[in-house]
Amino acid sequence: MHLEEFAEGDSLLHRIDPRVKFVCLMPFIGVVAVRDSIKVGISALVFSVVLLLIAKVDLKKAFRRLLVVNLFVVLLWFFLPFTEEGPKVFGVGPLEVTSTGLVHTLVITLKTNSIVIATVAILGTSQIFSLTHALRHLRVPEKLVMLFFFFYRYITVMHEEYSRMRRAMKVRGFLPRTDIHTYRTVAYLVGMLLVRSYDRAERVYQAMLCRGFNGRFPLYRHFRLRGKDLVFAVIIYGFTFFLIF
Amino acid sequence: MHISEGILSAPVLVTGAALAAGGVALGLKKMDYERIPEVAVLSSAFFVASLIHVPLGPSSVHLVLNGLVGVLLGWIAFPSILVALTLQTLLFQFGGFTVLGVNTFNMAAPAVVSYYLFNYLVRRGNYTVSAGAAFLAGALGVGGGAMLIALCLVTTGEEFISVAKVILLAHMPVMIIEGLITSFCVLFLKKVKPELLEVGR
Repeated sequence: MHLEEFAEGDSLLHRIDPRVKFVCLMPFIGVVAVRDSIKVGISALVFSVVLLLIAKVDLKKAFRRLLVVNLFVVLLWFFLPFTEEGPKVFGVGPLEVTSTGLVHTLVITLKTNSIVIATVAILGTSQIFSLTHALRHLRVPEKLVMLFFFFYRYITVMHEEYSRMRRAMKVRGFLPRTDIHTYRTVAYLVGMLLVRSYDRAERVYQAMLCRGFNGRFPLYRHFRLRGKDLVFAVIIYGFTFFLIF
Repeated sequence: MHISEGILSAPVLVTGAALAAGGVALGLKKMDYERIPEVAVLSSAFFVASLIHVPLGPSSVHLVLNGLVGVLLGWIAFPSILVALTLQTLLFQFGGFTVLGVNTFNMAAPAVVSYYLFNYLVRRGNYTVSAGAAFLAGALGVGGGAMLIALCLVTTGEEFISVAKVILLAHMPVMIIEGLITSFCVLFLKKVKPELLEVGR
């Protein structure tokens, strides 16, 4: 399972302090999410695309991500232009397309995509573990950060267990169909995955105790704020203010 | 299905975030430091399990399993679902940070309700009672989640009513599949590892 596809690379955005990334991204996407105007939507989208180009990530992969995200948006395009009240633009059979409906759906499409692109460009370019580390510095509750850390660490392990069991099922001639047998088999697969994860967690915890775990993760390495982090922050905050007015 | 960004209104987003924060705080309080590895590895297993697709006629649906998470973890379902959705936001950009609170609440609230309604029956009941209770827990997890999503959309604006109806309708068959899978899975766990049904207590 390859999870962090955009984190490898060496662009300006890859080298920004992850703490600064969080602190800058949150107000930006917050403002974009609640502002309802086409001007905000377009300028946010342009700004996000520029960030994505600076990040120098694989554009094909980024585009594939966007397709999945836009499934919900496509669903909206089927309904919103018809159901919102307003001046009629044209009719399709018995249905009427309204201009307010069209504008509203377009604004949503622009906002959704610009937030996703900005998140890929800013957070996607950091390793998950350095983001986790940054969250701890940003005073996110310790238990939550530890939970996230172990959760992420063991996904690949559990996925290997899953693939092995899936292979074993295939070797025994299992063919998924729409029937009770399939659902029962998949349920047992899930059950077995949970049982194995539970046993493994016990071993993990014992190993941690052997190494002197006392309930805390000490932080030895700390981030250092540099000039380019401040420049980055000023640019993002500046643009966020521009979107507010 | 998660709601993506830029759709819901600010009051809905803020309410969702506040409710989710409350649930997560309660869940964290119930989870001692020594139980973090246990909950975390179980959450990883649930995350991997939610990538499984099961066939449904000519198409397929992926498992949600929030009812099962609820029956096993109780209030701890809130932090467990939050970390899973956060990772989805970071890696796959489904959902997103502005809707993280809303999406967490929509999935975790029905999970906690499933816990209170069905955990006791699942643990203490005979074969038939356990199977029935687990079926309802699985169906309630998905159905309740879909209902909350619809509610979020409708309170954002009345123009979303037809989209909300479609989402509810689309979740009907998923409720049955989730119910069946949760039911079989719980019966399996009861036989193989009954401790797993006590994690949330």
